[in-house]
Amino acid sequence: MMPENHNYSKYHPKWHRTPIPIFWWLHKWVYIKFISRELTSIAIAFFAIVLLFQVRALIEGPQAYSDLTETLNTPVSVILHSIALIMVLYHSLTWFSLAPKALVVKLGKWRIPDRVIIGLNLFAWILISFLIGWLTVTL
Amino acid sequence: MSRHSEPFWWALFSSGGTLAALFLPVLIFLIGIAIPLGWIESPGYEKLSVLIHNLPIRIFIFLLISLSLFHWAHRFRFTLYDGLQLKHLQTLIAVLCYGGAITGTLIAGYIILMISST
Amino acid sequence: MNEYITLDVLRYNPEENSKQNYQSYEVPFRKDWVILDALNYIKDELDGTLSFRWSCRMGVCGSCGMMVNGEPVLTCAEFLNTFHPGPIRIEPLVNFPVVRDLVIEMSDFMEKLERVQPWIIRKDEDTPKGEYLQTPSQLMDYKNYSMCINCMLCYSACPVYGLEPRFLGPAAIAIGQRYNLDNRDEGEKQRNKVLSEEEGIWQCTLVGECSAVCPKDVDPAAAIQSLKVSSTVDFFKSFIMPWQNR
Repeated sequence: MMPENHNYSKYHPKWHRTPIPIFWWLHKWVYIKFISRELTSIAIAFFAIVLLFQVRALIEGPQAYSDLTETLNTPVSVILHSIALIMVLYHSLTWFSLAPKALVVKLGKWRIPDRVIIGLNLFAWILISFLIGWLTVTL
Repeated sequence: MSRHSEPFWWALFSSGGTLAALFLPVLIFLIGIAIPLGWIESPGYEKLSVLIHNLPIRIFIFLLISLSLFHWAHRFRFTLYDGLQLKHLQTLIAVLCYGGAITGTLIAGYIILMISST
Repeated sequence: MNEYITLDVLRYNPEENSKQNYQSYEVPFRKDWVILDALNYIKDELDGTLSFRWSCRMGVCGSCGMMVNGEPVLTCAEFLNTFHPGPIRIEPLVNFPVVRDLVIEMSDFMEKLERVQPWIIRKDEDTPKGEYLQTPSQLMDYKNYSMCINCMLCYSACPVYGLEPRFLGPAAIAIGQRYNLDNRDEGEKQRNKVLSEEEGIWQCTLVGECSAVCPKDVDPAAAIQSLKVSSTVDFFKSFIMPWQNR
């Protein structure tokens, strides 16, 4: 029983159709890079939940906060966060490099070149990171 | 034209992706690596608690968490479709992904915006 | 200096066999030969039954697209020297049904192309009073999207098209966007009805391989992404300002 969203193309008995293997993305380096980029979303979800726990601990009180700090101090947590950092960095770099494809910004007739858009994004990223880091250290 | 909601989820995905790209790397580094390893001193409970009670900061953190979850939901949904060829389960996958993000958003909203302690 | 290079060609003859199979040919290795020259040598001298499409020999007709060592390329543009010492694997373009040998069936694309209405649409059907004016700057807005030669390399490179046959695909969307961005055209609304369907632009996950393999630098990935942005804006506008929907 085929599900109703299954698509049949025109039937022709002599045409040869090659089925796509499940792990098609392991066959080419470009596709491996693509799937790795897509899987970085897991790291983003992971840290969003960590942030949620952070906020909850801060609101619940000093005991809850020190419990969370203890959990974050374990080697497992540091390793997980290191992996997450690498994944999120890959996300950021690929995200900014694709930004000019989506946004065509024109000042009158002149179209802002791709590398300027990427540069502006990278600059904003570095600025924000530096500000947050500096705030943390000086607070 | 069949009315479908893809543009809505894509809007959440792309805003979440942009916020995550800009803010998450430094936060992961600080909260997950630098402070636990002692490279940087934590501001401490008192100062962070004052920060979190600041309403604009709360709203921003809420948006960061919620949109990051929606970014994951949309991207992971298509990764399952294409990476594991699970498109025949598309309704179930969509419900689990967006449902997860909505649940996370509701929990985050409750915690961050509703609870006000001393 | 009689050097030879081997071509392993994936053949398919439905009359004889329901499966594809490789056949090897030894072809003279000439520095100025492209893969198409080698294929024509095979057909002329070695095996007249080999079937493949070609026409202009110079990268403007889009007929000779094939997989060479797993990459979709125009065989008139790839030199044998690039693959020296070989062997070189030649296969029909992937993601399309194979009719015979290296000939694929592309009627799916033709049907999708027609659906995006790739022509200037005007609101009034009266004879125009004079020429439509277009500045060089307005031409540059869509020029790269007009360079598509329908060679189908992008469809072979796109994994989403292979997995979801209903996906409109890079070339059809880029050609649709070419007319959307043309200042002489007034049909963006009706064209976007097709482009922003669920199987239109929304199946694309920005793998980006379409733009990477395009021999004419059309950059269909950019067309699809900018359409996503404009479609999303239209989507929200239709809720906030519903009276705009005539």
